[in-house]
Amino acid sequence: MSGAEDRIDDRLGDAASGAPWEAAETLPRSPEGAARIDHIVVLGLVAPGARVLDIGCGDGSLLALLRDRRGVDGRGIELSREGVNACLSRGLPVIQGDADTDLANYPDDAFDVVVLSQTIQATRNPRIVLEHLLRIGRQVIISFPNFGHWRVRAELAFRGRMPVTEIMPEAWYETPNIHHCTIRDFVGLCREMDARIVKATALGVRGRPMRFSMPWWVWNLIGAQGVFLLRRGRAAEATSRR
Amino acid sequence: MDSTLTQDAEARAPRTGFEASPASDPRSPVALFGADEPLALDAGVAFAPFRIAYQTAGTLNAERSNAVLICHALTGDQHFAHRHPVTNKPGWWETLVGPGKPVDTDRYFVVCSNVLGSCMGSTGPASIDPATGRPYGLDFPLVTIRDMVRAQAMLLDRLGIPDLFLCIGGSMGGMQVLQWASLFPQRVFAAMPIATGARHSAQNIAFHEVGRQAIMADPAWAEGRYLDEGSRPSKGLGVARMGAHITYLSEPALHRKFGRRLQNRAAPTFSFNADFQIESYLRHQGLSFVERFDANAYLYLTRAMDYFDLAEDHGGVLAHAFRGSKTRFCVMSFTSDWLFPTADSRAIVHALNAVAAPVAFVEVESDKGHDAFLLDEPTLFSAARGFIDAAARARGL
Repeated sequence: MSGAEDRIDDRLGDAASGAPWEAAETLPRSPEGAARIDHIVVLGLVAPGARVLDIGCGDGSLLALLRDRRGVDGRGIELSREGVNACLSRGLPVIQGDADTDLANYPDDAFDVVVLSQTIQATRNPRIVLEHLLRIGRQVIISFPNFGHWRVRAELAFRGRMPVTEIMPEAWYETPNIHHCTIRDFVGLCREMDARIVKATALGVRGRPMRFSMPWWVWNLIGAQGVFLLRRGRAAEATSRR
Repeated sequence: MDSTLTQDAEARAPRTGFEASPASDPRSPVALFGADEPLALDAGVAFAPFRIAYQTAGTLNAERSNAVLICHALTGDQHFAHRHPVTNKPGWWETLVGPGKPVDTDRYFVVCSNVLGSCMGSTGPASIDPATGRPYGLDFPLVTIRDMVRAQAMLLDRLGIPDLFLCIGGSMGGMQVLQWASLFPQRVFAAMPIATGARHSAQNIAFHEVGRQAIMADPAWAEGRYLDEGSRPSKGLGVARMGAHITYLSEPALHRKFGRRLQNRAAPTFSFNADFQIESYLRHQGLSFVERFDANAYLYLTRAMDYFDLAEDHGGVLAHAFRGSKTRFCVMSFTSDWLFPTADSRAIVHALNAVAAPVAFVEVESDKGHDAFLLDEPTLFSAARGFIDAAARARGL
């Protein structure tokens, strides 16, 4: 009986080498020191002098950009020691911690803007994390890889494989991304949670924002990432004011 | 800095009384505070006269803006970067402090004073009570972490230091850093509390109590009057140190260092000799400690730590201790520290977040336990360097 299983394993092993669109999907590597395009998008959404919390801030490049260009009072949360060290060297107040466990300790309205970039799909409980974001920040900027992108769909539909892309570069067995969603799914969650979508955009495979507003289903098909600016809905706003 | 003043102070230091204990000659400058400058202790006593022994390294700049205060731990002293006068060992924080080190003595003026109640030259229970002409013993008033900090502030006033660029310390030193930031927020630009907590836990109080009971159970302790009787509770103090020393390490570190290896023998002796290396090591720790430390000072300083609860001082809400603080903080803990575990540091971070104070937090991966802050820990150094350098840029140093 083990013979049949072996054959299946072999076939899978062969297919694993070189997904056809992996190379085409590669985002342009920004030159050293130049700001990433998705960071520029965030920059455009943050008011000067705002108090900003960047969750999963990495080496602090977005916070440093916001501080230098917008004069924001920025704070970061980062899981990796390397990231924390890099932030300290930049003079950024960063806390070694975890979005899933640490957000509960922040008071309501602690920040003007809370940024969660490419991280929500890696949290244990995205809905609770989003609840905290909306509670802690007056505005929430959130970006995530769109699992509804046509290439992702094609990979699943035609090749029957979990997609591996520049934004989601790990294989299914080692990816930290445990809660993938599509742009449409996320819009649905926002409605369910009474979160107001102030602005939204989709980024193309090269990380550039789509120029025109399009129906959700189009973005959901051609956007590689979704970027949303959210606020508490009216009901939540009223509750928090009480 | 008014060097003549401190030189004078050193020259005027009374020679009587401090010879009572072998560890009492500070071999460092001292600042004297007379009857006209009493310290209002939390115990309700206006304490005077007293003296504070200290050491410095580096030079205070013309703007007086580059001062660093190092706060030492329970059994530490002012000899942070100077050869120890009793043990002849290098300064206890030469790993972190010195020329080109993260706390760079080429750039900063670094001060460290022996805490009030200790026995390395600052007034403590082994000092002579001017009212009786005998060592204070248990007549010495209970001091708190806040009292120590107030005494340090008086020393800084004396040295002409208006405010601190950085206040840094580990363990009991970290408690002082937190107390400084809470009591004198406008005098602390940057603060680094390391391997510490905003309160002493029940478990920590328990360990301290065991140590104190060991000292008091030693007949030579003589109700605290051993200096009058010419005796020393060395056995009790040694046992106290042995017990405490275990709490400064970790099980993996003990295993790595000693395992079950035997001490200079091939087989167990079927006796209560120190067959195991760990036993021999702990006995050595106890023996060497009693040569440099006063038993009553150990009682007083452990008590000061037990009483420390910064939240309790502020209506039970730790965040209130830091309300309106402009100080930038870098809190650090070590993964294997079970005396002041990471959760204690996180509680500090949460409180600082709640009042929107700029706070960084680093948990250093180490198997060396609580003592890791005194040891060679590259992550500690790189994080400290990053934080301190950035703070210096922000202050224009």
